[in-house]
Amino acid sequence: MNGRLTWFNVTSLTLGFAFLYLPMLILILYSFNESKLVTVWGGFSAKWYGELLRNEQFLDAFWVTLRVGLISSTLATVLGTMAAYVMVRGGRFFGRTLFTGMIYAPLVMPEVITGLSLLLLFIAIGLDRGIFTIVLAHTTFSMCFVSVVVSSRLVTFDRSLEEAALDLGATPLDTFRLVTLPIITPAVISGWLLAFTLSLDDLVIASFTSGPSSTTLPIKIFSAVRLGVSPEINALSTLMIAVVALGVITASLVSKNALRRQRREKQEAFAA
Amino acid sequence: MAQPQPQNVFAPWADPAEKPLIRFEGVTKRFGDFVAVDDLNLDIYEREFFALLGPSGCGKTTLMRMLAGFENPSEGNIWIGGQNMKGIPPNRRPVNMMFQSYALFPHLTVWDNIAFGLRREGMDKDRMRVRVDEMLRLSRLEKFAGRKPHQISGGQRQRVALARSLAKAPKLLLLDEPLGALDKKLRQDTQFELMDIQEKTGTTFVIVTHDQEEAMTVASRVAVMDHGKLVQVATPAHIYEAPETVYVADFIGDVNIIEGTVIPAQGNRVDITYAEGKPPIRAATDKTLVPGQRVSFAVRPEKILVSREMATERTNAVKGRIEDIAYLGNISTYHVRLDSGHLVSAQMTNRNRLERREFTWEDEVWLSWTETAGIVLTE
Repeated sequence: MNGRLTWFNVTSLTLGFAFLYLPMLILILYSFNESKLVTVWGGFSAKWYGELLRNEQFLDAFWVTLRVGLISSTLATVLGTMAAYVMVRGGRFFGRTLFTGMIYAPLVMPEVITGLSLLLLFIAIGLDRGIFTIVLAHTTFSMCFVSVVVSSRLVTFDRSLEEAALDLGATPLDTFRLVTLPIITPAVISGWLLAFTLSLDDLVIASFTSGPSSTTLPIKIFSAVRLGVSPEINALSTLMIAVVALGVITASLVSKNALRRQRREKQEAFAA
Repeated sequence: MAQPQPQNVFAPWADPAEKPLIRFEGVTKRFGDFVAVDDLNLDIYEREFFALLGPSGCGKTTLMRMLAGFENPSEGNIWIGGQNMKGIPPNRRPVNMMFQSYALFPHLTVWDNIAFGLRREGMDKDRMRVRVDEMLRLSRLEKFAGRKPHQISGGQRQRVALARSLAKAPKLLLLDEPLGALDKKLRQDTQFELMDIQEKTGTTFVIVTHDQEEAMTVASRVAVMDHGKLVQVATPAHIYEAPETVYVADFIGDVNIIEGTVIPAQGNRVDITYAEGKPPIRAATDKTLVPGQRVSFAVRPEKILVSREMATERTNAVKGRIEDIAYLGNISTYHVRLDSGHLVSAQMTNRNRLERREFTWEDEVWLSWTETAGIVLTE
């Protein structure tokens, strides 16, 4: 890369970033607005954050979202990893192509349809809607994403590692537990993170499958906004942005560090 | 191969009372329509260093993977130590394998890689520590025990892979192109190291390779394979000096092949006419040949003498012109075009310095060889 900042580069950079981040910047700015009117600047204040912490409804919704996210992403990771393993390692069993296609289909399915069909299923089997049904619904759609991430790692996995483990006397189960799983762990973790994020943002499917006692944060925000945007919502959204940004930055720093360490160790090994 | 063997020479295959460690019995392996191994019979004995040699796709790797248990024969039986291996999974075979890619577990240290097989056996901690340390010493890796595979060099990785596969003291060790990833110098050193370790541990080694030099160096016997069949199984010296077919002669080392027609001569000699108006090639052979039979005469380049004057003490002498010289330092190979049109290569040791070289391009020279220098092949 011959990094020179020409006027063209600078303009496109500015425009690009403005396009991506201007809306969020305005939201963050207005979360510190003293005035109750969202469009009128009334001076700097953090009072809406304090208000937010005293708002039981928002706090409840936050805990529901967190619980749903943690449980559903964990379930989705287990199921998705299993599905990926079978798809990549199962050989040419009967109906493999169909099975693979069916795993990927929900990725492109409109969320409204997924939500509606789940709702119909829950009504048909007489399941009361609540946290449990949201967890089921989120597991259903996010496991596809996990299996895509994990199977792309498994495809490049050196099979001779598993053969070596078998050859050294490990049972097939031990081979998976001691060799395959530790090596694909990074992919499994990123699958989990993806599932967790998907669960955090989901509004459509959650609104189909939630019950009166179980409102997630996106549903809460959406219904609050319909009555008018309050500075409290801005504060809440700013907090969510902060959490997500922190997560992304940490993850990228960790992986960058790991890569740098590995490269350095390799150089040392060859220098020795 | 029923030649008399000198005393104290390791040759269990020549002893009919000896029981083989491995027996392939009519083994066939098909992948769809492709026949990788074709009705193969082979005995391998304890303490042998056995090499499977052949071009890629000849079935040598499939043969090895069937021994390890990663593939099952479509037909026939494989016996190891008197036990039929049918239906026995890889983790319950008395066999360990060293993989071409080494297949070291990247998330485990060198120590844990070597201990992996012992842990699966349920060996107690103290004995395991002793055994792993012993393997580290054997492979000169003591200093690297705590490193991960990506923190050591290629040669060290290769030694870890060997130590790991030997740790369980298997009856049989399989080596799949073990030295393929090493550069030439390191490969030669490692070949001797392998032979040394094989001798020390008394393990039977079966090595798969496409490198004939490697097979010749390390093996007690070499099996040359082609299209899923064994072409010849013999000691390296026998394979080199007495190949049974043109394929083997051509695959192992360099060789000149001259085709001709047989005229029987006295004793066990034959004359082979290869070109009109040229004196025939006289060669010794044990084979019974009929007059007029088409044969191939094979002679190694280093068995041919290049000289300015006709060498009268040798039975065969032909005249030609030097077309090309390949200078390899210790030896030079001369490509000589005979008057009959054949291109023959001859190899000479460079005893003199380059400036004092005797022959150069376009020189008229005589090529000569004795009647026992080459062999007569019928297939």
